[in-house]
Amino acid sequence: MEAALRARRSQGGKALVPYLTGGLGDWQTALAAAADAGADAIEVGIPFSDPVIDGPVIQEANDRALADGVTPLSVLDALGRLDIGVPLAVMTYYNIAFRFGLERFASVLAERGVAAAILPDLPLEEAGPWAEAADAAGVETVLLAAPTASDERLARICARTRGFVYGVGLLGVTGVRDELASSAVVMAGRLKQMTDVPVLVGVGVGTPEQAEEVCRVADGAVVGSAVVRQMLDGGPAAVSELVGRFRQALD
Amino acid sequence: MSMAEPVGGLFGDFGGRFVPEPLVPACEELEAAFRSAWADDGFRGELNQLLADYAGRPSPLTECHRLSEEMGLRLLLKREDLNHTGSHKINNVLGQALLAVRMGKTRLVAETGAGQHGVATATAAALLGLECVVYMGEVDMERQALNVFRMQLLGAEVRSAVSGSRTLKDAINEAMRDWVATVENSHYCLGSVMGPHPYPWMVRELHRVIGDEAREQCNQLLGSDPDVVTACVGGGSNAIGIFSGFVDGDAALVGVEPAGGAAIGRGVPGVVHGSKSFLMQDEHGQVLEAESISAGLDYPGIGPEHSHLAAIGRARYESVTDDEVVAAFELLSRTEGIIPALEPAHALAWVSRARQELAGHSVLLNLSGRGDKDVDQMMARLVAETSNNGDDGRAG
Ligand SMILES: Cc1ncc(COP(=O)(O)O)c(C=O)c1O
Repeated sequence: MEAALRARRSQGGKALVPYLTGGLGDWQTALAAAADAGADAIEVGIPFSDPVIDGPVIQEANDRALADGVTPLSVLDALGRLDIGVPLAVMTYYNIAFRFGLERFASVLAERGVAAAILPDLPLEEAGPWAEAADAAGVETVLLAAPTASDERLARICARTRGFVYGVGLLGVTGVRDELASSAVVMAGRLKQMTDVPVLVGVGVGTPEQAEEVCRVADGAVVGSAVVRQMLDGGPAAVSELVGRFRQALD
Repeated sequence: MSMAEPVGGLFGDFGGRFVPEPLVPACEELEAAFRSAWADDGFRGELNQLLADYAGRPSPLTECHRLSEEMGLRLLLKREDLNHTGSHKINNVLGQALLAVRMGKTRLVAETGAGQHGVATATAAALLGLECVVYMGEVDMERQALNVFRMQLLGAEVRSAVSGSRTLKDAINEAMRDWVATVENSHYCLGSVMGPHPYPWMVRELHRVIGDEAREQCNQLLGSDPDVVTACVGGGSNAIGIFSGFVDGDAALVGVEPAGGAAIGRGVPGVVHGSKSFLMQDEHGQVLEAESISAGLDYPGIGPEHSHLAAIGRARYESVTDDEVVAAFELLSRTEGIIPALEPAHALAWVSRARQELAGHSVLLNLSGRGDKDVDQMMARLVAETSNNGDDGRAG
């Protein structure tokens, strides 16, 4: 993941990382469509019963996928069979990995070709056992950085994150807002000043214009709820169309 | 053993601070603020004054003469049902609301199951002039409509949690989502000994007044600690409160969970809502929905310190069925003139079932709340049962 994002940056480009919920409808087709439409990497959510950092759109996607009977392993097995030419990260909550067994979860990710993992309820202080297991398996652990953190804390997060550092654009849950929060650009700026690791901003980046705005400072953007909304309403074709518009805005 | 401050928020293998990154600084700030307040005689004095003049502490210890005779043991009730707002929840809430003011927060966010914690939070917010938003599962809002109205009367806004099982666990999710967005001016007033550090420790400290009072009262009445101390367990705050007075002694400590929400009885270790503890979950790590007659105990998890007490064998955890609870609810009403909340009726249900094992022993039960809120629900159930029985009689 980190290599691909650095390569994009050194070519003078901005990274686009859409998020899709694993197990939602024809999600595998949507992943391929997003890659074709210009995604640099894709974040795949493994549904969890209690997604506390997610807003209504991703909750709905999550609930639908769970109702359809997806399991962590069914998502991961499908990813292992997929070959879409861009690195993949899984996003899920810590209990999923914990229940799986940390070492087993890390090695299954590696075997299925997943480059990185994002566990949003696993902050720096608690990340040790997982990060060790992930390091050993060659899986990158992406840490979140938030506007509420001191510089000293941000520096520690940047030192431990792998793949990229995920700047949280605003105080709030995932979801589309009318405007980019001013905190998103500030967050990107603070992180860029202290690290060479790629800085991507997500949460509250919902339109191509907002992505373009934050990427004047950040190295890239993660786009979640907007993409999932398209998937819920229009399926893979709608996802492809939206990702294409984000790509254009960033290029 | 005694109950010290958990180092790093850990009770043995349990606890911790598993929260989204935006909340970590808020938890750190809260931890520091509580530690300094708890060491400050001024803060303690202010809280004690409110507990006495406003909440009505100390709560009495009542010996149940008729029921004791019927069961063949010596039953003592710690009367948290007599506190202002009708349950133990007020102890915690007054402390957290004072702390919120001390931290310069102007808004309280809370979750509630039965509505007791929501009512207590709305009460403290009214008393101290704070804004208050309470999240409650849609299902619970129906079961406890009276408490919804109470909270509104007290000036709080009640928002329904419509995702997942639409009960307590989902109300907690919504409260945490609110807090992530409002952390700069809001304090999350969590209602039990669960959640991320410092909550399990802070909420225990705010409830230990139950155990400290009860130990003194027992020593006066019995000349010693009771043989057994028991309490119902949802998240576990009233149980930890009373256990903390006796944990360094010899009394057996028994927590009682509903059969449909038995985190220790049916769970395995997991991580949800900020801490690692026993948790009812499926093989994939999805949290299961708890189901019991009492909204206040419908929680698939349990506070981390209980998991620790169970793991080291200092406390044991039993579970009881809804039918046993209803029988206990009626039993206490009939024999002692005390209508209990359905939650502490769980503890009584266990005592009643275990009466042979407990014969001749002194048993202290934390009567965590009064039954007013449950009378409607019990009326519907008991009247339905009576008419069913009547039908059966005619058919036979
Ligand atoms: C009267 C009463 N007892 C007990 C509980 C359960 O909470 P805890 O296990 O934290 O004491 C509740 C919760 O609503 C309650 O209202």
